[in-house]
Amino acid sequence: MMKAAISKPGTAKNNKTGDWRTFRPNVDNQKCIKCGTCQRFCPEGVMGKIGEYPEVDFDYCKGCGICANECPKKAITMSEDK
Amino acid sequence: MTDLFTPGHRACAGCGAAIAFRQIVNALGKDIVIVNATGCGEIISTPFPESAWEVPYIHTLFENVPAVASGVVAALRAQGNDHTTVVCIAGDGSTYDIGFGALSGMLERNDDVLYICYDNEAYMNTGVQRSSSTPLHALTTTSEVGKALHGKEQFKKPLLDIVAAHRVPYAASTCIAYPFDVDKKLKKAKAIRGARFVSIFASCVTGWGVDTQLGVSIARLAVETGMWPMQEYENGEMKITMKPARKPVLEYFKLQRRFKHLTPEEVAEIQKTVDGFWAKHEAGEKK
Ligand SMILES: Cc1ncc(C[n+]2csc(CCOP(=O)(O)OP(=O)(O)O)c2C)c(N)n1
Ligand code: SF4
Ligand code: SF4
Ligand SMILES: [Mg+2]
Repeated sequence: MMKAAISKPGTAKNNKTGDWRTFRPNVDNQKCIKCGTCQRFCPEGVMGKIGEYPEVDFDYCKGCGICANECPKKAITMSEDK
Repeated sequence: MTDLFTPGHRACAGCGAAIAFRQIVNALGKDIVIVNATGCGEIISTPFPESAWEVPYIHTLFENVPAVASGVVAALRAQGNDHTTVVCIAGDGSTYDIGFGALSGMLERNDDVLYICYDNEAYMNTGVQRSSSTPLHALTTTSEVGKALHGKEQFKKPLLDIVAAHRVPYAASTCIAYPFDVDKKLKKAKAIRGARFVSIFASCVTGWGVDTQLGVSIARLAVETGMWPMQEYENGEMKITMKPARKPVLEYFKLQRRFKHLTPEEVAEIQKTVDGFWAKHEAGEKK
């Protein structure tokens, strides 16, 4: 018999990576132009839908700061996550 | 709703490869089978019994990734499935070195496989060892900086040219910092039949010694300095798809621990090679 280790699709979601975070992103919707740049680059894909204001899922956000660094309007700032 | 590559994966904060994987599934969609080599890509996404992939996925050895893909596509076509795209995803160590023989065979047979290399220029998952993709003078744990050695002594292997020499219908290079370019090239590759190759420049903040928030901008600098050319080979013809601003290579080096030790002479040596490449291609464009 063939043997292989089989995992179920998408089950990595069980692993909440939010507790890795040291810094957290704060989005200022007054400055955001909904360009989608942060949403496109977030390595976790947890900033919501392109075309809408970014909404960070803090269950997974690792606090890398790429969204803040890439935002062309400087609408995202990082602060210590307490 | 999340992508077909889900959160919860174990990539380091700021990982460029994770960005590449999101770009890949978003560009190619559901009708794919992924054959993935060992490496960070596999380790971060499929710690048993979990998986971050929402598409059919097989993990196999470095040595046989393209061969397994050739088998998968042969089986699908034999079943009458003429639409599913079989996609290899492998790191540079897998592609440039360990699985290179099987890659060459798959390309030479022109099997109906889309091979994607995410290039982070070293064996990251085992602790940053040099690969033949590691650039000249870069520090890795097997190209140390000390009295006897000053980083890697060899040039980066020109893999895209070697792939193109197999006369495959499509071979291209792109970079995570240019999501529209990645998307365009992957979709173009998907629409072509036969052996296709796309290499995506994907930063490794951990291995390169870069602040996590710079994960994307460091990859962009590789393109802007001309260190990573954006190219397309179609039926033997090479095209530069993006003209770089040609910032000094030092701007790229100074943000990375792996290049901190470079002497002005070494920086000048690399700048000269980069200048040489662009002088040749800019001259080629004019005629
Ligand atoms: C034949 C073989 N040699 C070595 C290893 C150990 N190994 C596991 S992951 C890895 C690094 C792979 O590097 P790369 O393909 O560049 O992917 P990255 O980790 O950088 O994403 C190595 C050497 C292995 N699994 N199999
Ligand atoms: S800090 Fe990083 S992980 Fe968190 S939302 Fe921004 S890009 Fe995503
Ligand atoms: S070591 Fe590098 S490639 Fe591997 S998960 Fe971390 S950042 Fe990504
Ligand atoms: Mg690698």
